Amino acid sequence: MVSQLSWKVGGQQGEGIESTGEIFSIALNRLGYYLYGYRHFSSRIKGGHTNNKIRVSTTQVRSVADDLDILVAFDQESIDFNFHELRDGGVVIADAKFNPVIPEGSHVTLYAVPFTDIATNLGTSLMKNMVAVGASSAVLGLDINVFQEVVEGIFGRKGQQVVEKNMEAIRAGAQFMKEQLGENLQLMKLDQADGKKRMYMIGNDAIALGALAGGARFMAAYPITPASEIMEYLIKKLPALGGTVIQTEDEIAACTMAIGANYAGVRTLTASAGPGLSLMMEAIGLSGITETPLVIVDTQRGGPSTGLPTKQEQSDLMAMIYGTHGEIPKIVMAPSTVQEAFYDMVEAFNLAEEYQCPVIVLSDLQLSLGKQTVEPLEYEKIQIRRGKLVADELPPLANKENFKRYEITDDGISPRVLPGMINGIHHVTGVEHAETGKPSEVASNRNAQMDKRLRKLKQLKFQTPVHKNAKHEEADVLLVGFNSTRGAIEEAMERLERDGLKVNHAHVRLIHPFPTDEMLPLVQKAKKVIVVEHNATGQLANLLKMNVGHAEKISSILKYDGNPFLPNEVYTKSKELL
Amino acid sequence: MATFKDFRNDVKPNWCPGCGDFSVQAAIQRAAANVGLEPHQLAVISGIGCSGRISGYIHSYGFHGIHGRALPIAQGVKMANRDLTVIAAGGDGDGFAIGMGHTIHAIRRNIDITYIVMDNQIYGLTKGQTSPRSDVGFKTKSTPQGSVEPALSIMEMALSAGATFVAQSFSSDLKELTHLIEEAIKHKGFSLINVFSPCVTYNKVNTYDWFKEHLTNLSTIDEYDPSDRTMAMQTLMKHKGLVTGLIYQNKEQKSYQDLIHGYSETPLVHANLQLSREKFDELVAEFM
Ligand SMILES: Cc1ncc(C[n+]2csc(CCOP(=O)(O)OP(=O)(O)O)c2C)c(N)n1
Ligand code: SF4
Ligand SMILES: [Mg+2]
Repeated sequence: MVSQLSWKVGGQQGEGIESTGEIFSIALNRLGYYLYGYRHFSSRIKGGHTNNKIRVSTTQVRSVADDLDILVAFDQESIDFNFHELRDGGVVIADAKFNPVIPEGSHVTLYAVPFTDIATNLGTSLMKNMVAVGASSAVLGLDINVFQEVVEGIFGRKGQQVVEKNMEAIRAGAQFMKEQLGENLQLMKLDQADGKKRMYMIGNDAIALGALAGGARFMAAYPITPASEIMEYLIKKLPALGGTVIQTEDEIAACTMAIGANYAGVRTLTASAGPGLSLMMEAIGLSGITETPLVIVDTQRGGPSTGLPTKQEQSDLMAMIYGTHGEIPKIVMAPSTVQEAFYDMVEAFNLAEEYQCPVIVLSDLQLSLGKQTVEPLEYEKIQIRRGKLVADELPPLANKENFKRYEITDDGISPRVLPGMINGIHHVTGVEHAETGKPSEVASNRNAQMDKRLRKLKQLKFQTPVHKNAKHEEADVLLVGFNSTRGAIEEAMERLERDGLKVNHAHVRLIHPFPTDEMLPLVQKAKKVIVVEHNATGQLANLLKMNVGHAEKISSILKYDGNPFLPNEVYTKSKELL
Repeated sequence: MATFKDFRNDVKPNWCPGCGDFSVQAAIQRAAANVGLEPHQLAVISGIGCSGRISGYIHSYGFHGIHGRALPIAQGVKMANRDLTVIAAGGDGDGFAIGMGHTIHAIRRNIDITYIVMDNQIYGLTKGQTSPRSDVGFKTKSTPQGSVEPALSIMEMALSAGATFVAQSFSSDLKELTHLIEEAIKHKGFSLINVFSPCVTYNKVNTYDWFKEHLTNLSTIDEYDPSDRTMAMQTLMKHKGLVTGLIYQNKEQKSYQDLIHGYSETPLVHANLQLSREKFDELVAEFM
């Protein structure tokens, strides 16, 4: 019996590899297992190797596994491409049809299962993935009946007969595999899970759901990997709430349309990846100087330019903090789990309205597309706060004076009225302006308005700017990361601690304004600081040095080959540095 | 009831004396009053350029954005509050060079807003460079030997892109311009009005007199029918685009807001931001 294992299915893109992984994982989720799924895919739609790696555990996991226990292969390429990941004692379950071979002398067992033949005999070769699901279930010792509900959910609309055929394929796969396994049947049998109901979703689902819960009723966006799922989810859900998504002609339109809608009072978002964010930069400045709330999601991927469009990277950090010319108040937040992504989106809309500034929610490909088990989201935690939005009737304006939309206040935040309100007329412009919104180049006014805008974030209230796991008063090392590296760092930390090292972990969730007060004591308490990030220049490490100093203590573990960090990499590289 | 004076504010335009944009300002103020708007019901969204300043010269809600992006901002405003009357305005560089992508797509999207271009065939604010509306041979600071790129036939382009309201006017004809803006506001869908608005400082070729000599008013053309797209196209081509009046209107086509599924009939800005518990549970259950 095992408490966790890692399973991967591989084949040609467009061949149903996705659905094999989907069905398998939905069933495991219903049984109460914690899952973490990560897809390897390329920019091609059909053809080309693709695989889906799923980690199954009885406790929370948030990282791709170091190695692999079970590889399900629909072609020889899948074996050749992924074989190195298999641990000693692992198994390959491959379609007998292509006469699979594995390297000689390896400690891996190959089971050739006639996926295609069994499926064809049952009616159609299309069901070969169901046979593979059945075969996998036998290895894990799963009760086949759990698939009944899942298959009904997927094929129910096509009729009971289709459901039954697919169930038969699963049963046949399981039966064949059981016979093959013989006495090895118990080898990878999974411990029973707790049977609790939890969500299983990708980060982009949580971002989109968070936007809905946070009151977003409109989105303007242009498709791009790995952000498109957000607009695709919202266009399904928004019409029922009266809202919609517009697919614009480009990201400049998306961002400025979002600014227009936010100006007129509707919580509106846009979402993109690096190339789109680059196009939005001028508009972000407009949101800053006009103090128009704006929520932008940046799902980072490999840059620069088109870079590695379907691969993991975290190299937009500096661009998100400093991007746009001139100086504006801006909030950049970085959720590190799918659950946080949900709550952070709700909060992003609140902060955008409270501080009347752009808020960028930073994600990365691994967080946006990686599928995680999520503990139940709490309805009670959803709050809507609109800051200084004026809802009451306004007194008449004297002699066509403008409403003082940019009134100088102690906290820098001015009352905000929406177009359409009687007695609220004012001007909004990206040109430097006076309290009424009218353009002004007077030096004293310039200073007053710049200071006012930049003052707003001085008293920013942010719930958890740093996720901390820091029990040591004196640590040998502080591991630092942001976004999706959380799981790999947590597992590496466990192993380092097992080696007797005192390890603290800080995951930065508020990137800008930088949480210096939170980070400084942690850095001071550590002999060494290792910043783990997916880029080539150590952007977070530099940010840390800039804000908290102690450059001599800070070193980096960097990865920018497009693949997510594995726990073991963080562990071994940390050991080298310590 | 508001009069055009209610749409005036106390800001003195920094336009050169004689600039065509003064008439556009006056025409918007008159049209707004004539269609029965109160100042708070109007939002003027403008781009960057001499012309872009217009939103600051009208007593209404106004948003002066960034160069070329008046249209997406204006469409966002309208999507958020369909009860507002939204007018986007800017120059020929703003709408037909840097913002051309938005112009074409706003036309085909057909959201119910009015777009007024102050077309002076030059870049005024940046002190006299060529524009996509400059004629071949036109000498400017950036085309000292004369422009070799042909001017865009903007009205024909709008028709090809599926425009449902296309009109052209001239700053000297305040009455017609006012009337066209009224019709544009009343039109259910996207309306484009290109206004020949002379730049007296940097364009010494396309002057008031030049336009008076070259423009043909559609009312002088026998049996001109603005619901006939083919006739509109032929007339434009015959007159090299130098016509004024209502060129084309399609009254049948529904606006974007009336076509999309589920879009709120009351302004979206009044929507409840809080999801109900039932809705939340329903959404969450889809991931279990
Ligand atoms: C992104 C960007 N590029 C360039 C400029 C400089 N610029 C300001 S207005 C303008 C062109 C103005 O021409 P037009 O739109 O025809 O307006 P006009 O001044 O003629 O009314 C340019 C190039 C800018 N503000 N922003
Ligand atoms: S430069 Fe030309 S367009 Fe600008 S204000 Fe003067 S006359 Fe008008
Ligand atoms: Mg111009």
